[in-house]
Amino acid sequence: MSVLIAAGLTLREAARRRVVWALAVLTVALLTLSGWGFSRLAGLDTEFGDLTSGQARMVASQLLNLVMFGLSLIAALGTAFLAGPTLAGDIESGMALSMLARPVRRSAVLLGKWLGLVAFGSGYVAVAGLAQFLVVRWAVGYWPPDPAAGLALLAGQTVVLLTLALLLSSVISPMASGVVAVGLFGATWVAGVVGGVGQALGNEGVERVGTVSRVLLPTDGLWRGAMHAFQDPSVLSAFDVAAEGFPFLSEAPLTVAYLLWAAVWVAMVWGLTALVFNRRDI
Amino acid sequence: MVAEDTRAAARLVAELPASPAVWCSGLRKRYGRRTAVDEVSFTVGRGEVVGLLGPNGAGKTSVIKMLLGLVRADAGEVMLLGRPGHDPQSRLRVGYLPELFRYQPWLTAAEVLALHARLARVPMAEAEGRDRLTAVGLDGRAGDRVGGFSKGMQQRLGLAVALVGGPELVVLDEPTSALDPIGRAEVRDVVLALKARGVAVLLNSHLIGEVERVCDRVVILDQGRVAASGTLAELLGRHEVRLHLTGVDGRAEARLRAAGTVTGGGDRFTVVLPADDDGGTVPGLVADLVALGVSVHAVEPARISLEERLLGILRGRSGDGVR
Repeated sequence: MSVLIAAGLTLREAARRRVVWALAVLTVALLTLSGWGFSRLAGLDTEFGDLTSGQARMVASQLLNLVMFGLSLIAALGTAFLAGPTLAGDIESGMALSMLARPVRRSAVLLGKWLGLVAFGSGYVAVAGLAQFLVVRWAVGYWPPDPAAGLALLAGQTVVLLTLALLLSSVISPMASGVVAVGLFGATWVAGVVGGVGQALGNEGVERVGTVSRVLLPTDGLWRGAMHAFQDPSVLSAFDVAAEGFPFLSEAPLTVAYLLWAAVWVAMVWGLTALVFNRRDI
Repeated sequence: MVAEDTRAAARLVAELPASPAVWCSGLRKRYGRRTAVDEVSFTVGRGEVVGLLGPNGAGKTSVIKMLLGLVRADAGEVMLLGRPGHDPQSRLRVGYLPELFRYQPWLTAAEVLALHARLARVPMAEAEGRDRLTAVGLDGRAGDRVGGFSKGMQQRLGLAVALVGGPELVVLDEPTSALDPIGRAEVRDVVLALKARGVAVLLNSHLIGEVERVCDRVVILDQGRVAASGTLAELLGRHEVRLHLTGVDGRAEARLRAAGTVTGGGDRFTVVLPADDDGGTVPGLVADLVALGVSVHAVEPARISLEERLLGILRGRSGDGVR
């Protein structure tokens, strides 16, 4: 019961604090710009002559990944900065005092807040992602091969990041937790790109940077799985080896083991947050 | 096995008749190297109003937070309304106005009340919420966002929140810190109304006058320890009577000393009356003095205030140290 109350309160906070509006404005801007860009792509005149429809699909496929990265960044920033104040901010301001003096378990309040954030982040990814797919289909007639799985993985990435932001916000100040979470998210992405370059160059040491960072924080791994679901399968064969180092192409779908690891990672970090939050003096 | 034992013990305790509203024993809390609370034990009976007094940093708010499970005690036990304090269910019928009163600024006052009613698992109709707000002087503000409230209004809202769901114990931590004199009087009326309904109240306040007016018992904390505790009669039990007399001779002085400890001299005397005075000492004394030929000009009853007593205890001058 208190789980649902806390979840509802978190969603209401997101709506009332105008986070929804800020995200909507950013998303509409991104959709409009991408729609305009994609619509120019169809009749693009290059030095090799007009793009064939096949080439246009290839370019669209990569551009879609680029734009989806923008969307995932908005979702990540939005939820991380929403997750930050939700625990630490409530404790700092004193709002947690009257709530936690009620007959509620702290873990139930935490679970409710987490579920609210998960619903918010996943809902945003689903709506904004679908809108982006429709824009691309309207502009160049491209539809990703596995949109549902891709969006689910993107939502998974958001869940990983907000879980991390929740853990951070139970130990450090609200603003710092948002900044650190987004910083780690960016660093993992860069490490993933570095790992890709290492793979392309055949340097195992550099390649390991990406692999290790993807295990430590599964945001980049999930993002690469999502990209694979968005991109046209023909793109990889066309790019061949060069695809390995390119940050907006993914050469392989995610393994079940990695997905399980991501789930275990979320459960572990959540459990740790619950442990810290339970012991914390309010 | 341990969990089973605890459950069995909790069941056993829950079945006992009229357990106190608050029972705590040996509470201790350290923050780093500083001991904030040390071996604090006290009880608040059902329907009793107990004041928690002490200087800044005495550990009053820490004790309250430990009672409500907001701060983990390093040692000691808490029972609320007959249930162990670590069980959230012990707070089912407990209302709390924190010293740091902040409520979700993006909610309206009515929504904050509704939220707390749901958390306390009691049904609350919209009209009831409006009535509660009216009772604390927030009539007509039910639909306004809390973010636009002044500090005083937020504290009033906090009082309404603490009273949600018909609590059997209300903990008020500095409930009048942001209120004007009218607000303070209203809080006093609220506490007296709770007392009349048999609701136990634990009141932490710097306003000793308020505490003296509404509390049955007082617990005085100093440097994290219970410096004194008892009923107001026990703590302020020293009744005095000041006398303006002329024509006092040796026999009259002996009669005065027989009534109690005498200070003063010449024509003004102060007699400290015994704690077990049944009200007959002063009339008997006056009648005897008149019979001895003493002219009695004035008889003035005096009682030391709680403030004097508190200062006396805190400055280490409490001679009789009621505990």
